[in-house]
Amino acid sequence: MLEALQYDFMRNALLAGLLVSVSCGIIGSLVVVNRIVFISGGIAHAAFGGVGLGFFYGFSPFLGAAIFASGVSLIMGVVSLKSKHRADTIIGVLWAIGMAVGIILIDLTPGYHVDLMSYLFGSILAVPAADLWLMLPLDGFILLVVLLFYKEFVALSYDEEFAFVVGIPVKTLYLLLLGMTALSIVMIIQVVGLILVIALLTIPPFIAEKYTRSLGQMMVLASILGIFFTISGLWLSYAYDLTSGATIILVAGVGFFFSQVLDGIKRRRVSPGVQI
Amino acid sequence: MSQKTPAIEMNGVWFSYDKTPILEDISFTLKQGDFLAMIGPNGGGKTTLLKLLLGLLKPDKGTIKVLGEAPHRARRRVGYVPQNTDFNNTFPVSVMDVALMGRLTRSRMGKGLSSEDRPVVEEALHKVGMWELRNTPIGKLSGGQRQRVLIARALATKPEILFLDEPTAKVDPEVESNIYDFLKELNRQATIMTITHDVGVISRYVKSVACVNRTLIYHEEPRITHEMLDMAYECPVDLIAHGIPHRVLPHHGEE
Repeated sequence: MLEALQYDFMRNALLAGLLVSVSCGIIGSLVVVNRIVFISGGIAHAAFGGVGLGFFYGFSPFLGAAIFASGVSLIMGVVSLKSKHRADTIIGVLWAIGMAVGIILIDLTPGYHVDLMSYLFGSILAVPAADLWLMLPLDGFILLVVLLFYKEFVALSYDEEFAFVVGIPVKTLYLLLLGMTALSIVMIIQVVGLILVIALLTIPPFIAEKYTRSLGQMMVLASILGIFFTISGLWLSYAYDLTSGATIILVAGVGFFFSQVLDGIKRRRVSPGVQI
Repeated sequence: MSQKTPAIEMNGVWFSYDKTPILEDISFTLKQGDFLAMIGPNGGGKTTLLKLLLGLLKPDKGTIKVLGEAPHRARRRVGYVPQNTDFNNTFPVSVMDVALMGRLTRSRMGKGLSSEDRPVVEEALHKVGMWELRNTPIGKLSGGQRQRVLIARALATKPEILFLDEPTAKVDPEVESNIYDFLKELNRQATIMTITHDVGVISRYVKSVACVNRTLIYHEEPRITHEMLDMAYECPVDLIAHGIPHRVLPHHGEE
C-alpha cells in the first residue's frame, strides 16, 4: 500500500475516500433514521440526467449531476410531503425518467460515448484534484449545517409530529436534508458509482446505530467505519487488481454481515432459550 | 392572554381522509382551565380531532382556534403526548435527550440549550418517575416507561394547554393514577384535554367529557350522558365492562 502512495492518483483516491466517508457518515445516519433510503436511490439514479445534460451542453457532468440531483430531491421532497400515499410511486417514476433523459442526451451528443460503466461503478482512481477541492467545502457545509441544527435534526428524526408541535420548521429542515443528501450522493457517485451509492450511505450508519447512544455518536462511528471500508477496499483492489468501487462495497458488505452475526450471538447470550 | 379567551374554539369543522368523512360539523368551545376527557369508539375521529387542534392536519371546512390563535400559531403554547410510543425504537437517543426535545422552539434554532432547560427537564422526569433512567436509551424501555418519558417531554414545554392521546394506555394502574394525580395538579395552571378509555379517570379527575364519533357531544360535567351512549354505543360496552357504570352513567330520567 505504501508504495502505491507515490502515485498522485492513489493519494487523490485516498483523500476522496476520506471526504466521502465523512459526508456518508453524517448524511447516511440521517438517511437511515429518517427512512429515506428509497428517495436517496431515486435521487442517485435521476442524477444521471444531469450527467447527460453536462455532456450535451459541454459543461462538467459533475456540476450537471449536482444541479439535477438538487432539483430532483426538491421535487421528491415536496411530493413526499404532499401526497404521502403515492410518494414512493412518484419517486420510482422520476428515478426512471432521470436515467432515460441522461442516456438520450448522451446519445444525442455528437461523437462522444461516455463510459456509463464508470458512472455506475465509480472511478475513485480517476478523481481529479479539482474534484477534491469541490468536495472539501461540501463536507464543510454539511458539517456546519448539521452542527448548527443538530438538536432540531434529532427531534425531527425521532418524532416529526412532536418537532412540528414545538414549532420547528420540519418541512424546511426535511427539504434541507434532502438537498444535502443529493449533494452527497453526487460526491459519492464519483467514488463508488451510482449502483453502489446506497450501500455506502446505509451500511456504515446501519452498523453504527447498534453501537451508539446518540445520533452524533452514530455519525462519528459511521464516518470512521466508512473510512475503514474505503481504505481497506482500495488496498485490496490495488493488491488484487480489482474494480475499486465494487471492492470497497464488498468490504463494507462483509462488515455488515459480520456485525449482524455478532449481534445475533450477543442477543442469544442475553436471552438464552428465547427464539428470535 | 385574558382568562376569557377560550382554550379551544371549533366552529363547523369538517374533515375527511380522501373522500371518507372522519369528522362532521364539529363545533364546541372549551374554556381555559378545563380538564376534558375525550371518549369514543376506535376510528371515531378522536386522534384526528387532536391532530386538527395541533395543526398537524387542516380542516376541509370550518375554523379552529387554540388559545385564540390558529393552531399552527399556537404551537409554542401547547404540549402534546402522542398515542403511539413504539416508533423508532432503534433510534439512538437517551431518555434525557428525548425529554430535552420539549425545550426546543423555533426562535432558539441554531442556539444551544440555556441554563434553565435542564432543571425544567429534570423536574419533568422526576414527576413521571423516570429521572433515574435518564441515561438509558429510549429503545431499551418498556412501552409504559416510554410513554412516561413522552409525558415528561410534553411537560417540559411548559404548555398552557396539554393534549394527550391515551397517555396511560400502556402503564400499570399505580403509575396511571400517579400520572393523573400530577395532571390534576398541572391543571391548576394549564388546560388539559386527554383521550381516554378509562372510566375511572373520568369519574375521579376530569371536569368535562366529550364523546366523538364523527360528530361531537360535549358535556360540561364529568359524566357520560345517554345522548353520548346513543351516538356511540361502543363507548358504554367498554365502560360497563369496567363494572362501575353507576358512577358515570346517570339513571334514566335523571337527565
